[in-house]
Amino acid sequence: MTSFVIRRLGESLLVLLVMSLLVFAGVYAVGNPVDILIDPQATQEDVVRLTASLGLDKPLWEQYFYFLRQVLAGDLGRSFMFNTPAIDLLLNAMPATLELAVAAMLIATVLGIPLGLVAGLKADSWIGKTIMAISILGFSLPTFWVGLVLVMFFAVQLGWLPSSGRGATAELFGVPFSFMTLDGLGHLLLPALNLALFKLALIIRMTRAGTQEALLQDYVKYARAKGLSAGRIIGVHVLRNIMIPIVTVIGLEFGSTIAFAIVTESIFGWPGMGKLLLDSINTLDRPVIVAYLCVIVIFFVVINLVVDLLYALLDPRVRLGGESN
Amino acid sequence: MRLSSQFQRLFALVSLCFLTVVSSVNAADLKLGVGADITSMDPHFVNLFPNNNIAEHIYGKLVALDANAALVPDLAESWKTIDPTTWEFKLRKGVKFHDGSEFTAADVIFTLDRVGKIVNSPGPFTVYTKGIASSEVVDPYTIRFKTAAPYPLLPNDLSTIYIVSKKVAEGATTEDFNAGKVNIGTGPFKFVEFKRGDRVELARNENYWGKKPAWDKVTVRILPNDPTRVAALLSGDVDAIENIPTPDFAKIKTNPKLQASTKTSWRIIFFHMDQFRDQSPFVTDLEGKPLDKNPLKDLRVRQAISKAIDREAIKSRVMEGLSLPTGNLVPSPMFGYTPELTAEKLDVEGAKKLLAEAGYPKGFGLTLHAPNNRYVNDEQIAQAVAQMLTRIGIQTKVQTMPMNVYLGRASKLEFSFALLGWGASTGESSSALRPLLATFTPEKGWGAFAWGRYSNPKMDALLTEALATIDDKKREALLQQAAVISMNDLGILPIHHQISTWATRKGVVYEPRIDEYTLAQEFHPQ
Repeated sequence: MTSFVIRRLGESLLVLLVMSLLVFAGVYAVGNPVDILIDPQATQEDVVRLTASLGLDKPLWEQYFYFLRQVLAGDLGRSFMFNTPAIDLLLNAMPATLELAVAAMLIATVLGIPLGLVAGLKADSWIGKTIMAISILGFSLPTFWVGLVLVMFFAVQLGWLPSSGRGATAELFGVPFSFMTLDGLGHLLLPALNLALFKLALIIRMTRAGTQEALLQDYVKYARAKGLSAGRIIGVHVLRNIMIPIVTVIGLEFGSTIAFAIVTESIFGWPGMGKLLLDSINTLDRPVIVAYLCVIVIFFVVINLVVDLLYALLDPRVRLGGESN
Repeated sequence: MRLSSQFQRLFALVSLCFLTVVSSVNAADLKLGVGADITSMDPHFVNLFPNNNIAEHIYGKLVALDANAALVPDLAESWKTIDPTTWEFKLRKGVKFHDGSEFTAADVIFTLDRVGKIVNSPGPFTVYTKGIASSEVVDPYTIRFKTAAPYPLLPNDLSTIYIVSKKVAEGATTEDFNAGKVNIGTGPFKFVEFKRGDRVELARNENYWGKKPAWDKVTVRILPNDPTRVAALLSGDVDAIENIPTPDFAKIKTNPKLQASTKTSWRIIFFHMDQFRDQSPFVTDLEGKPLDKNPLKDLRVRQAISKAIDREAIKSRVMEGLSLPTGNLVPSPMFGYTPELTAEKLDVEGAKKLLAEAGYPKGFGLTLHAPNNRYVNDEQIAQAVAQMLTRIGIQTKVQTMPMNVYLGRASKLEFSFALLGWGASTGESSSALRPLLATFTPEKGWGAFAWGRYSNPKMDALLTEALATIDDKKREALLQQAAVISMNDLGILPIHHQISTWATRKGVVYEPRIDEYTLAQEFHPQ
């Protein structure tokens, strides 16, 4: 178990290293932020001096090794645009993104598993068919379009919910969250729903497929023959057995929800990490781009690890560390 | 079954959450939606439009620009030259900073010093302060600046420098400003709060020396996504927005709950044409093979290109009427506007004739480049121009890319025919002539964005003379002559001035500005 975790972490360090090198080279190839931001009245001398003062005149490998040295000292670099440590910027924007992603995953899971179960149990009834039809929409409609429709309908036409922004926040353990206030919840609902839609469809389909398969298994037939109640059969025998693939998907999707909240954040003016990343790419603010991707990779690594550990809890047959499969 | 009844309860719960969120709107509160991210609250850290837009609310400057970019007194009541290299500024008496302390010459000296000491900035303000060789405080309300050479544009340059309080900002870092600890100015609004990526909150400065703004509280929301910004206005989340997306303009104009205001911007949209290489990378013959000479170097070809462009069609079809076709560098009534430089009219036959005279009766091949996320409809303008050029025989292809990639490649002169937008940000035409049309001279800072490397010694001489002429009338005449020479040479290919747009809810009006700023103090209740 311990060796499994250590090996995993070792692999992740390698991934981080390769990723940072790729991003570094990529942004370097695109250009110099001084070109974008320099004042039109500046002389060539100014440009050269500024480029040098930001360390951007050095060869790529030298800049990269400087960056690695700083990282080992716990410093991911300062943003060119904000003149603030990149990691501070990210930590500042992280609660907003995490809150949005958690809310979206909650909506997707809490609605998705029961809906999927119903669709699986009553596959031929109108309700099962309706659920499946809705899930197809959730899959196929592009997120940005659904987001705009949600805004047009609930904010512009009906005026029930605010169109954008994060609303009032209240502090929990010193971190500002908006789900703590009514105004904040109102602001959270639409973007969370928008972000949840695709995951919801995915979870419905996974649960339905799993349920239909499990219903044909001998142990379910046997449980029925034993005269167990429908609730117990579904809750214990069916649900528990189909949970492994669903937990995997929820785990992996949680990572991608954080990483791809960009579109939703942009449409709803949500001040999260994705919006920060977009702005940083536009201004070639390399320290922020690299720091963002490092954080996302770390998220994925941790989530994958947690998912693996959860397997062992859900299914006693799974042994970590490769002793058996 | 049991599950479905649980569902009903769940759905009921969800619909409960859809309760109307009613926000109490105070009559004297103003909420603005701006279109670009604000990166810093330090008014001297980086010269970036969205940051300056906020600083315009909080800080005063020695000299300000009015809605038409003419110089007007702000913290300086008057200014004059004592001798060709000495400027004297008389400061306004009795002006108080937000913390109640008195504004004096010491704050000006401190501010200029602070601007020079900012580190790690990719776009510092030092280009506007380096003309000052030394400064001298004559008395607390009189200050003299010595310049190395006659420097008529010093007041224009100082219109970009926000004056901070020496008492409060001494030793302050950019982080102190971002945290809101030292944001003390003399402007019409006081700083309240900055939420990065989300909003800036301001409150009225009750002791403002000038006309007091109409609003107690101002919230500036950062909404870079176009549909989001429009939706925020339509849903009443904000009272006004800047930069209406062109496709929405007609709808907003006819909406009875809203009103739109427009103003010709100082920003000109134009193309640079490669005028210095004998073989230009993206000019070919009709089969796509390299040409032995560069047709863009021939004035007749450039004239043919200009005649082939239907600027009125671009205005009506691409820009939904939101552009002013131009042959000028700055719009009227800005300093240096030249009435005789009118927009070239469409003349397809004349264009074909000129092209034939130049030795290209069948035309040639060209690829033009443009950014696709920077200027209003930049990509569509490029496509329209390409079709118009193809009509006279110049087979034109279009390549567009995001501005961050585009600028880097363009400044390495990788393109032959490239779109650029330019605002004459000091409020007069030399700030367009110098970087765009003057002969490339890096040590002087000339031609920094002259991607076509146009060069005409006559125009350089006029510009040099203008930049050393203190007398406004004479200087304007010289700048106009320089503009006529370079535009008749088609040193650049002008298309139009953008028209900036603002939309407000009924009951709020905006006094629109040529410099594109969105200032709460210029919004008024109706």
